[in-house]
This record gives sequence, structure tokens and C-alpha cells, in this order.
Amino acid sequence: MSITAAPAADTALQSGAEVVLRALKDQGVDVIFGYPGGAVLPIYDALFQQNSIRHILVRHEQAAVHAAEGYARSTGKVGVVLVTSGPGATNAVTGLVDALMDSIPVVCLTGQVPTHLIGNDAFQEADTTGITRPATKHNYLVKRSEDLARVMHDAFYVAKSGRPGPVVIDLPKDILIKPAPYSEAPAPNAPHRSYRPVTQPDAARIQEAVRLLKQSQRPVIYAGGGVINSGPEASRLLREFVHLTGMPCTNTLMGLGAFPATDPQFIGMLGMHGTYEANLTMHGCDVMFNIGARFDDRITGRLDAFSPGSKKIHADIDPSSINKNVKVEVPIVGDAAAVLAAMIECWKSDPTPVAKEAQLGWWRQIDEWRKRDCLAYVQQGPIIKPQHAVKRLYEITKELGRETFISTEVGQHQMWAAQYFGFDKPNRWMTSGGLGTMGYGLPAAMGVQIAHPDALCIDIAGEASILMNIQEMGTLAQYRLPVKVFILNNEYMGMVRQWQELLHGGRYSESYSDALPDFVKLAEAFHARGLRAETSDQLDDVIREMIAHPGPVIADICVAKDENCFPMIPSGAAHNDMIMGPGQEKNAAAVTDAGKVLV
Amino acid sequence: MSGTNVRTATIAVLVENEAGVLARVIGLFSGRGYNIDSLTVAPVDEEGRLSRITIVTSGTEMVIEQIKAQLDRLVPVHRVHDLTMEGPHLTRELALIKVVGKGENRVEALRLADAFRARVVDATTESFVFEMTGNADKIDAFCGLMRPLGLKEVCRTGAVAIARGTAHMAA
Ligand SMILES: Cc1ncc(C[n+]2csc(CCOP(=O)(O)OP(=O)(O)O)c2C)c(N)n1
Ligand SMILES: [Mg+2]
Repeated sequence: MSITAAPAADTALQSGAEVVLRALKDQGVDVIFGYPGGAVLPIYDALFQQNSIRHILVRHEQAAVHAAEGYARSTGKVGVVLVTSGPGATNAVTGLVDALMDSIPVVCLTGQVPTHLIGNDAFQEADTTGITRPATKHNYLVKRSEDLARVMHDAFYVAKSGRPGPVVIDLPKDILIKPAPYSEAPAPNAPHRSYRPVTQPDAARIQEAVRLLKQSQRPVIYAGGGVINSGPEASRLLREFVHLTGMPCTNTLMGLGAFPATDPQFIGMLGMHGTYEANLTMHGCDVMFNIGARFDDRITGRLDAFSPGSKKIHADIDPSSINKNVKVEVPIVGDAAAVLAAMIECWKSDPTPVAKEAQLGWWRQIDEWRKRDCLAYVQQGPIIKPQHAVKRLYEITKELGRETFISTEVGQHQMWAAQYFGFDKPNRWMTSGGLGTMGYGLPAAMGVQIAHPDALCIDIAGEASILMNIQEMGTLAQYRLPVKVFILNNEYMGMVRQWQELLHGGRYSESYSDALPDFVKLAEAFHARGLRAETSDQLDDVIREMIAHPGPVIADICVAKDENCFPMIPSGAAHNDMIMGPGQEKNAAAVTDAGKVLV
Repeated sequence: MSGTNVRTATIAVLVENEAGVLARVIGLFSGRGYNIDSLTVAPVDEEGRLSRITIVTSGTEMVIEQIKAQLDRLVPVHRVHDLTMEGPHLTRELALIKVVGKGENRVEALRLADAFRARVVDATTESFVFEMTGNADKIDAFCGLMRPLGLKEVCRTGAVAIARGTAHMAA
């Protein structure tokens, strides 16, 4: 392939599979996560004959998508997946929905039966575009060779523009084999035919927002994953804005790292398992500035009691997120970095005086709430508290000073990771927030490790979740990826057990993790190192040994079995109805039937 | 939260005329639990690259705003217009209505059809097929009158709508 100043359309024909790879290369793709099969053999054949794109062979297609998500979230680039038709595509669906819910840019290439067999129930045929339509931001079925290159480029544009998301390209096998013309990607500033998301905010709205915030007596800044998706500049601008204004800042689960956890103006994560001070600040504020978050139900709790006395400013790149759950006074459509830059500008030039005195009083109130020390726990005796395990992991990695990336599975351990591991930079925290997919963490960490070979990549896992994609230990072995799996093994689907304890009379129906494997031996079977900490005195050594080992490790941390995750706002309750810790569960008795139906 | 007043909205959507676009729009409505009172679609430009979808829906103001925003963010959607909100507009629907009967009922049906300016497009000694254009209310009213006179079958296109005056929708 010659890459000399190529004309817009290259009529020298190559196979469709070669066009696919050439488009990937032109899009700057250097790694794809995939699993072969009949329908995509032509792409695998073309992959074999080139060197610029690396293929990582996963052990399950769901893991390919999570790996691509981890790659994307830790780099800001589009993650790319390649799977075969039928079962390959259906296995990928959970990953696609996960990426959709968390706005992660992914392009997933699926094989398809040849065009003349589509609709015939052919071997390994599935209606992939039908199945993935509600699972993706957009999808395509390429039926004509002349559309192939354009669709490839279009998919990347769609995946990363506006609110990012997963895109599927369904590729019939004959299209991959037949010659196809190539065309270059359209110029970056060439307007798309129909999809042109607004990124620059309206100046009048910005001014309105700044004036509200300046006059506010009890302001709060509530920042979400949109700040991370916008790129590191947005996080830098957020820090600048928070410092400029002197206001308290809280992050959503997806936004952790957008504002530094160690900054004195950080009041912790908010929401169902957020800090006392963050939730009460949200509840009591008079002006709320939401940047890149979506008033998700995990955040708002009972909607009619959500921050009842505040005026709300909501900046989001997706207009459909605004006024969806919560009615806001100042809607701002735009990219987080552009919005923050405009807010900073306007803050500096707008003459409205700042209600400084009142805001000082507000801080005094917040400091009172902080004194509750809502994340305090007592580590006593030999039994390891899960909170302590995360805290030590955080402290030891911090002391070592290595670039560290954390992923999680889903459950209590995920919330403890969010509460006790502090993130000072964006893109270091990968978790399945919207879909809550058990089995996300290991493959996500794998994708992160591929993108950052020298970094320390740790999956903070639960013993139940880890079994959902445990086969990826094989991928770690094959590519010598030194991912560390740090299992908080409480022998329960702890989060399920917690809800059963609080809401279902302690009837622990099917939530015990019975017949667990020996995780140390399991690690060894996958050519990895297996470690175990059974008592608190072993914890630090195991953590240090896990980090020091140059290859993949499973560290089985046997933690207290009956620990619950607090604070907790039970579903359907208001922010000021928090359960702070054990002994207070009777508050959960107040959970209404309307609350019980919520997830 | 805003009021719970439910209103009807006639929404015009200009879309790329590509495979799956209608499924996307319908999937959006079913997936998010919005109402569809009627939906029509057909290509509207010379090259057949653009289609226009007219959706009549109902919901609270907040829901209708959501519907428009959700439609607008679909990749193949060019434009979304809430004709109900944007000023005076025309709505038309075509219906084919079969009435079977004899004697006095038949005469009455024909008389009413004339009053409603419905055209007879098929007739046998025992039946008529009427063609009628109008807004939904007019067709509803006509069908109501035909029911005791032998109404057997109704086929309706659903509404198409356009703004009055010079305002127009472009890709
Ligand atoms: C794929 C999937 N299935 C079911 C659930 C529901 N669920 C949420 S947390 C949880 C238990 C997780 O147990 P474990 O991994 O041991 O974590 P722990 O809560 O004990 O820390 C379950 C079953 C889910 N989130 N994802
Ligand atoms: Mg567990």
C-alpha cells in the first residue's frame, strides 16, 4: 500500500478486509481486541499479513468490549473490537450496553453471513444490527462495497463526537472478500451530513450561570464522567474553576479523578454510597452547578426530595440529558472543557460581587458535616476489614509513586474502592457505573495495561464478580500482562446480601458464594502468581508482594464476611435520610414500598 | 418537576433515508415508553436520500422535550420540529372506509359522505369504499357516524403535517 499523497478516493481495488484495516490504520488504531470465527476470517487473514495493528486475542467477546472500554477510558482514544457473526456478536452485547451507559467510545466490527444469505437463518447468522440497535449509539450494516470505507470513517466520528458511545459495523463476509474502493477519512472540520453535536456553549447561558453562582450563598459543583470524556484539559479547567471560585466540589462515581481527591475543596463522592458531607451539601445548596453528570437515580435518590431549595445549572454535551430527570433553571449544551473555559473567562470579567461572607459560612457548615467522619471504620484484631484493605492498597501504591490505574467489578468492593482509593488524576479509574456489569474489571484492566504497559493496573474485585470473566487470566498469561487482581473475598455477593439484610428481613436467598475455587491455585493454573491474606498482619506484605511481582497476580484477600457499605441512601430515600453505619439499619425500615421497587 | 399536564405534539422529523432508520425511531419510542398516536414516513426529496417522518405523540411538557432531544441525537436525524409549538400548521390524514349495507342505511351513508366531502372510490350494490382526507377529528367523526350504518373496515395513513406560511424545514 502506498501512502503517498493519496487521492480522496483510491480506485485501486483491494479486498474489503484490507480496506477495513487500512481505515483502522488511518484512524490511528494500533490495537484491537478480538476473537476469530468463520465470518471474519478474511479480516484475520489480512491482519496476519501486516504489522501496524496489534490484535489481542481475548477469551470471550464480552471481555473484548470491556478491554476496549478500559483502553478507551484510560487513553481518551476509541477502543476497537473485532468479533465474528452470531454468537460472537451476541456475546459482545453486554459490553456494548456497558459502553453505551458509560459513554465510552468503542467501534465494534462484527462479522455477518454473506449478503445473499442475510435473512435465511444461515449458520451463525444473527440480526446483529437489530439486536444492537438499542445497545449502541449507532450501527451500520455494510451491504455495498463502495460504502465500506465511508462507513468505517463515519463510525469513528460518531463514536467519539458529542457524547461518546459504542458503534457497531456489521460486515457480511462477501463484502470482506470482494474488492472494494478506499477513500480517506473526511477532513476533521468537514461537517457531517446529519450528526453535528453542539460543543460550544451559549454565551448568555454562561453569564446567567456565573451570576447565579456568584450570588449564591451555598453553592456546590457536581462534576461527572463528562468531564473525563472531554479530555484531560477539562479536568485541568475544572480544578482552575473550583479554585477560582472557592466552592466545594463533589464527583460522581464516573467522575472520580476529574477533581483531585486530595484537594481540600473536594467533599467526596456523592450519591447512594457517597459521603455525608457531599450528600448534605447537595441537599442544602442554593445553587448547584452540574457539569457532565446526568442526575442519575443513584445520585438523586428520591426525586421530589432532591436538593429541594436549589437553582440548578446543568452543562452537558447531550441535550437529552438536560431536564430528563430533574428540571433545571439554566441548561447549557456544550463540551465540558468549552463550558469550563467559558465559565472561567466570564467569572473573571463579570462584575457581579461574590457572596463571600455567606460562602464562608457555608464552608463552616460543610466542615461540621465533615467532622462526622462518615468513612471511619475500626480495624481491630485479625479479621481484615474490606475498607482497610482498600485503604492500605491506596496508601502503599501512593507511597510507591507508580502510575496506578484501578478498575473494579461490581458490588460492595466497587463502592469501597470508590470511597477509599483517592484519585488525583482523570482516566485512572475504570468502573461500570451505568450498567453495573459484574465481570467488567478484569478485562478492563487488561485493556488499560495494553495501553500503559509500564503502569500498575489493579482490578479491585469481589469473589463472585471475578468469576464472570475469569477466563481472561489466559489472556494475561499469553501477553504477559502484569495485571493484579485484588479480590475482597467476603464469600458473599456482598451487595446482594446487604440489600437482603436491609430490605428483605435478612433472608439471604442465593447470595452466598458457595463452592468457591481456591484462587491461589486458580492463579497458578493460569500461569500467574497466587497470594492470600487471611489475617490483618499479612495484608501489607501481600499487597507489596503483589505489586512487586513482575507478572499477573491474584491476591485473595479474605475479608470480614458481614461488613456493609456505608453511608447508604436506601433507594427511594432523600439525601438527608442516610444510614450512616451498623446499628442504624432500622432507618431502612423507613424504606417505603415505593422505594423497595427501585433497584 | 414540571406540571403533569399532558399535551399532544405533532413532530416532523427529517431523516437520512437509510435502512433501519424507522426501526431506530420506533425503538426509541417503545424503549423509553413514549406514546405514538400515529406515525407516517416517506421519502421527500428527488434523490430519495431524505425521508420525512411525522409523529403524533402525547405527554407532559418534560416528556415531549425529551422526545425531541432523543430524536435529535439519533445519528441519521437531520431536523426535528415540534409543529404544535412552532405556530400554525396543517395536518392531514387519508382514510379509506368500507361500509356494507342496503336500503335506507346505504342512502344515509352516501348523504353523510357527501356532507363530509368523502369520495366514493369503490361501490357495489351492497358496499361503498369512501376516501376521505382531513384531520384526525374529522375522520373520527365520520367513522362514528358510519358505525351504525354498516362500517366494516377502516384504513388510515396517520397524520402528515406542515407549517403554514413561509417557514420551512431544510436538511
Ligand atoms: C452481570 C451481573 N449480574 C448480577 C448483578 C447483580 N449484582 C450486583 S452486586 C452483586 C454481587 C457481587 O458480589 P461480589 O463480586 O462478591 O462483590 P461484593 O459485593 O461481595 O463486594 C450482584 C449479584 C450484576 N451487577 N451484574
Ligand atoms: Mg463478595
